[in-house]
Amino acid sequence: MGEVAECGPDANPRAGSKQMKRSEQTRGVWGRVFAGAALFVCVLFAAKICLADPAGPSQIPNIFKPDSTPADSIFRLSKLVLSITGVVFLVVFSLIAYATVKFRRRGNDDGSEPPQVYGSNQVELAWTVIPGLIVLVLFLATARVILSVQDAPKPTGAIEVVAIGHQYWWEFRYPGLGVVTANELHVPVSDPQHPTPTFIKLLSADTDHSFWVPRLAGKTDLIPNHPNSTWIDPHETGLFLGQCAQYCGVQHAKMLLRVYVDSRPDFDAWVQQEKQPAVAADAATEGRHIFESTACINCHAVSGTVADGHFGPDLTHMMSRDTIASGAALNTRENLRTWIQNPDSIKPGSLMPAMKLNNHDLDALAAYLETLR
Amino acid sequence: MASETIALNEIAAGYRTIGERLHGWVTTVDHKRLGIMYIIYALMMLVIGGIEATIMRIQLMVPHNNFVSPEVFNRMFTMHGTTMIFFVAMPLVFGFGTYLIPLMVGARDMAFPRLNALSFWFTAFGGLLLYFSFIGGTGLYGAGNAPDVGWFAYAPLTAKVFSQGHSTDFWSLALLVSGFGSIGTAVNFITTIISMRCPGMTLGKMPLLAWLNLVMAGLVILAVSPLTAAQIMLSIDRYLGGHFFDTQAGGSAVLWMHFFWIFGHPEVYVLVIPCFAFASEIIPVFSRKPIFGYPVMVAATVAIGFISMSVWAHHMFAVGMTSYGNTFFTVTTMIISVPTGIKIFNWIGTMWGGKIQFKAPMLFCIAFLFQFLIAGLTGIMLSASPFNWQLTGSYFVVAHFHYVIVGAILVTIFGAFYYWFPKMTGRMYNETLAQWHFWLFVIGFHLTFDFMHVPGMLGMPRRIYTYEPGRGWEIWNLIVSVGAVVQGIAILIFVFNLLWSMFKGEPAGNDPWDAWTLEWSTSSPPPDYNFATIPVVQSRRPLWDLKHPEDPDWKYE
Repeated sequence: MGEVAECGPDANPRAGSKQMKRSEQTRGVWGRVFAGAALFVCVLFAAKICLADPAGPSQIPNIFKPDSTPADSIFRLSKLVLSITGVVFLVVFSLIAYATVKFRRRGNDDGSEPPQVYGSNQVELAWTVIPGLIVLVLFLATARVILSVQDAPKPTGAIEVVAIGHQYWWEFRYPGLGVVTANELHVPVSDPQHPTPTFIKLLSADTDHSFWVPRLAGKTDLIPNHPNSTWIDPHETGLFLGQCAQYCGVQHAKMLLRVYVDSRPDFDAWVQQEKQPAVAADAATEGRHIFESTACINCHAVSGTVADGHFGPDLTHMMSRDTIASGAALNTRENLRTWIQNPDSIKPGSLMPAMKLNNHDLDALAAYLETLR
Repeated sequence: MASETIALNEIAAGYRTIGERLHGWVTTVDHKRLGIMYIIYALMMLVIGGIEATIMRIQLMVPHNNFVSPEVFNRMFTMHGTTMIFFVAMPLVFGFGTYLIPLMVGARDMAFPRLNALSFWFTAFGGLLLYFSFIGGTGLYGAGNAPDVGWFAYAPLTAKVFSQGHSTDFWSLALLVSGFGSIGTAVNFITTIISMRCPGMTLGKMPLLAWLNLVMAGLVILAVSPLTAAQIMLSIDRYLGGHFFDTQAGGSAVLWMHFFWIFGHPEVYVLVIPCFAFASEIIPVFSRKPIFGYPVMVAATVAIGFISMSVWAHHMFAVGMTSYGNTFFTVTTMIISVPTGIKIFNWIGTMWGGKIQFKAPMLFCIAFLFQFLIAGLTGIMLSASPFNWQLTGSYFVVAHFHYVIVGAILVTIFGAFYYWFPKMTGRMYNETLAQWHFWLFVIGFHLTFDFMHVPGMLGMPRRIYTYEPGRGWEIWNLIVSVGAVVQGIAILIFVFNLLWSMFKGEPAGNDPWDAWTLEWSTSSPPPDYNFATIPVVQSRRPLWDLKHPEDPDWKYE
């Protein structure tokens, strides 16, 4: 009692039945089972094929089109993982499909019970040990990538950036370069011969956020009181899109992230320009006065002026950015006016207050902001 | 045993007013009535949670949609997640367990019938508290009503400063209260299974359903307790000036994550192990063979129970653990796939050489096998922590856990519904409608959740109320939303079938499936006392022994 009976051709053929011939009457079940299985496979393949499409300069943040070492290591690991799980899927799927079709009750069944089989220790051992070995292989491959990505040494030429997550926007500080900007991260392209990776320290000013630019690296969270770091070394120039990937409050959806990978000369020029204090254009003194005498300066800083707030993005060179509202709108005059007057129409729930200016003041303010190049 | 009945005065009393009947349900301590109440309660919540999901899918159908505001969307995903886990899935598995365990171990009720009632009402009250937030949540001008912090409510978003008013309090108290109910039920399950089994039913001869619920109940006690503790700590933070999770005062957001996920991961197994149990009862009966490798199935379940307590931080690969931490949780998570795989193989082994009947319960179990296989394989992908850095927090992980919770858990529960419906109501369901339900649901499920993996791999994070066009996400979101509609239609057919069959179905008889466990030996629905005489069993399939006296199981076990 309690022992498992042995399986096999001669294992307990109790209440055994005669072998039945395949019946045409059961085609209904056959067809349905098969159609279900076929649909299922088609669906999976469709997904896989569609994934492989993007050609040309696409803005799709596809994790399978890596352009930086961490994302590339992950991509290579994912190919191994996907092929192993793919094979396991095919084998087990076929077993289930085969058992379902082959051992269905036939139309001309005599109502007898099939042979009662209780188990088999050899078979159990096999399907314990084989998955165990597969797991071992997967684990070793994974551990290598964990260490190589997470514990990568920081070379001397590395750019250092501090990224600070705020409710619904990103602050980027370059401590070594004296640059502060928001939402649009500029990094130099990294030549594999002379790598200049960017190491990013991740902090949060309020709730949890997550830094995720799929083509450059996996995500790492920005958690208050828990400094993290990540690194990227993009191999190509261009714009890489990402966004906050950890729910951080009402406007989590529009906490978008843009990484501009510049050639080295472009990057150096960008740094030089960002280091300058704000341009003081005479034509915009009225707008500047409005900026400095309303609530704007409680939250925003413009270097070289009295504006020194830190709750919102630094605006010293805001016209050098392509977008406003953390990527939610293009940086055009019309959008800028809308954003100042009624931020909720672009980004409902954002912490930017509606400034309630009259048209004249609004024009003047927008004109001033447009001088902040 | 058999189906003899005892005429009790109460049963013979005849006509009772609706008020008296209702009073009977409210004051009952009968495990069968409590089980049914759990199930009806969960079905109502399923419809509510489904409406919330539909609202989200309409909003995400096209980019920059304005169907709902971000505030409403955030409440919807918080309420959807909380509802579906705590007030649909938990009550469903508890309901079936409460109903079935005493019947399957040959007892007349649970060990603690009044604790059983208390646990149900705790759970029910928890759900009411959660939904009362829509009315009572507004505490301050401009503060939202329903909770909007996500179902895992990461600190510090739950701190007073980020979540004003009372919405988070309702969320926290709802989980606290229903947590007490869950722990009460778990204690009851364990005690019933350990000490109320009928003569002859040694641990090795229990139905697998009892074994698996025993493991599940142990996990509930281990997993729900930290969650309950964390809710108390959160309330202390919010009202008594505590700083456990208050990062602005030096508290730790990561501490909350650990507390939540040491509950959250075993919770997955709390939900899926009872579904393994349903499959382990249904697949043998419809394959006409005993379960393949019973001792191995028990051992694998116990192994899953233990290992599941050591994998929680795989939900936290992106929060910045050390490489050693990430490596540890990668290996434990990968290892749990071995006993899980063993179970799948044993179910296939049970079907192998059988005579499979494709009635609705079995169809759902076959769909469960396919879908749980895929859920397990995407789980392997997520367990490789570097791959996880890309996939976590994206729609890929949303697709993965819906594959587990809908594709495996809910689908098996549908199977369980059809399998035990004749026992619970005494009437057969309509098989044609059930087949429509099955095919529509499976098609809708795959439309939704197969394609939902794709936007995740294309960089779409979860919990966003809208998205930018031009990122390759539009078509996938549209398909996903269409699939949700198909699933909704299937669920309506299901509910209609249950209601219609309850009143108009064919009488089922005691044992419509020619099954082998004790619940089929008594009448349908069973009398209050379950068994006129306490049964005595000699094997795992007492009714097989009865039906095949020339060839009983106890000769071979």
